[in-house]
Amino acid sequence: MLPSDDVQKAIASAKAQGRPAIVAFMTAGFPVRDEFISTLNQVASAADVVEIGVPFTDPMADGMTIQRASHTALKQGVTLRWILDSLAAAPVKPAAPILLMSYLNPLLSVGFDELPTAARRAGVSGFIVPDLPREEAQELADQLKAQGLSLIQMVTPVTPVDRLSSLCGSADGFVYAVTMTGTTGAQVAVPDEVLEYLDRVREASSAPVCAGFGIRHRDQVMRLAAHVDGVVVGSALVEVLERGEDAAEFLRSLHP
Amino acid sequence: MMNFDNEANRADLLEREIRGEFPDDKGRYGPFGGRYVPETLIPALERLDAGIKRWLKDPEYQAELTRELNTWVGRPTPLSYAHTLSARWGAHVWMKREDLAHTGAHKINSAMGQALLAKRLGAKRVVAETGAGQHGVASAAACARLGLPCTVYMGAVDIERQAPNVGRMKLMGATVVPVTGGDQTLRAAVDEAIRDWVTDPNGTYYLLGSAIGPHPYPYLVRELQSIIGRESRQQMLAQAGGLPQAVYACVGGGSNAIGMFYPFVGDKDVEIYGVEAGGRGSGLGDNSATLSYGTPGVLQGAFSLLLQDAHGQIQETHSVSAGLDYPGVGPEHAFLKTIGRVSYESIGDDESLEALEELSQAEGILPAIETAHAFAAVRAYAKRHPGSRILVGLSGRGDKDMPTLTRTLLKGKL
Repeated sequence: MLPSDDVQKAIASAKAQGRPAIVAFMTAGFPVRDEFISTLNQVASAADVVEIGVPFTDPMADGMTIQRASHTALKQGVTLRWILDSLAAAPVKPAAPILLMSYLNPLLSVGFDELPTAARRAGVSGFIVPDLPREEAQELADQLKAQGLSLIQMVTPVTPVDRLSSLCGSADGFVYAVTMTGTTGAQVAVPDEVLEYLDRVREASSAPVCAGFGIRHRDQVMRLAAHVDGVVVGSALVEVLERGEDAAEFLRSLHP
Repeated sequence: MMNFDNEANRADLLEREIRGEFPDDKGRYGPFGGRYVPETLIPALERLDAGIKRWLKDPEYQAELTRELNTWVGRPTPLSYAHTLSARWGAHVWMKREDLAHTGAHKINSAMGQALLAKRLGAKRVVAETGAGQHGVASAAACARLGLPCTVYMGAVDIERQAPNVGRMKLMGATVVPVTGGDQTLRAAVDEAIRDWVTDPNGTYYLLGSAIGPHPYPYLVRELQSIIGRESRQQMLAQAGGLPQAVYACVGGGSNAIGMFYPFVGDKDVEIYGVEAGGRGSGLGDNSATLSYGTPGVLQGAFSLLLQDAHGQIQETHSVSAGLDYPGVGPEHAFLKTIGRVSYESIGDDESLEALEELSQAEGILPAIETAHAFAAVRAYAKRHPGSRILVGLSGRGDKDMPTLTRTLLKGKL
């Protein structure tokens, strides 16, 4: 089985339990670099898919929480190579499939030739690259595909209809439906328009649809449940980790 | 990556640049440029692209822009002969006086052009970033003139060192938001302006000041700033009796430089030089000399040269001048360097301050510290090429730099 299939399988298995999949985002090496793998295992024990954020100095799509986490991780010397090495050396494979979420520049520093094999060796199933729109993505997508890895596509409420069909039509892994215009972390009320937009995304997509940006509470997950296959929880989880609280307990509290 | 080692290939790329083939339909200058932004911004960039195609060459838009530039900005700006410096340095130094444009720098050329475009695109508000504060002031002025609400993001470090400009923006009705994240200078201000824009991509127009960012911004800024080079070229022919042997401009993100250089790119006998901030040395973090020390990468929407570490993390920069204190550079500059058409060098903090003092005393012009970097390089060129004719972009005036100058050149003298 290809690594990219793991993600769809995990989402399907949540569905079989009658709930949307929980895709949990954590910044690598945050809050403490040396506890990366144990934090990851804790998160993976209660999530269906884990997104590991590669810290970057200029996270332009992120709000304050993830900016702060990125900064803390960078100060402790977290790099993409260190993340890949730590994952490859981890004694136990995490209980959930892993995606790496990274801005493009750290990926360029490793290089598109080396990155896919190193990622596969590290047990990574795919990538999410927030500053890489489809028009610029072909080269990386092809290289990842050759190793059986996904490049997850994002769509947003302002994506025009024809672009939405084209992006969703060729989606790989799942479609990451951004719930709002803005950066990560701000709470969204999930108004009816958002649900209608998610229905449109789902209709256009043969791959599962996961909604992300601003999801913090079970109420939101319940409201979204009928309209998506999964939800991405990022800033709220990072804040839980920041406060030293139990990540697994928080993730389970989101189950409807 | 294209092959730049081959001379024929470089010559071919130069011919294509002269024919106006760059940016290409992917927004690239050779390999540089492109559009690396969150998906949320793609429709806004598509609209901007369509708006540029619709309006930029439109006679009615051009007539309004020209009227504003002539009767409100004060264009054409003069070309002044530097009598004293020319005699002292042994070459003929001609200064393109963008410091005399309204609001005190070249930034107003693009700010007014983009604000007129924002109106036509139906923008409800404008956001801008600023480093030295000149683009912030220009944006505030253009928006006030056209009745558009304007929010300017400015790094907390720059707010302190360019304090006079903060007051000017506020007086013209702009909201100035201090940016305390990141490096608290221009780069952090761009990040924050993008975050604002991504929150309301339909109603907000991002008035980007430098020749950086995702396509079509580097192109738009070049087109609006090229008036500097076009006027200079005509004025050199009329006043100096011929084209210059060398053209100089300072380069941070590269807006005044690309505006000055682009109309001269086809004049192959004209040497073109860009001057970056050498800061306090050549070490990573000690300067902002991206073209001298940078490596290829993606920052803030474009593939260009960057000051970064081996892990792709952007480095903190240093320069005494806020306007040059930036770890990236416009993609067209990276291209012009790579094909060998423009040479880039760097001048340090101390040398630029000396040049500022010399220009002030010799010609009665207090330039911006950014601009002074170019003069320091011109002085060295003049001494190497006695009798030559040199054109230098005097991109802005130095009033805004009084807080820095009080701490440096005027220390103990006030």
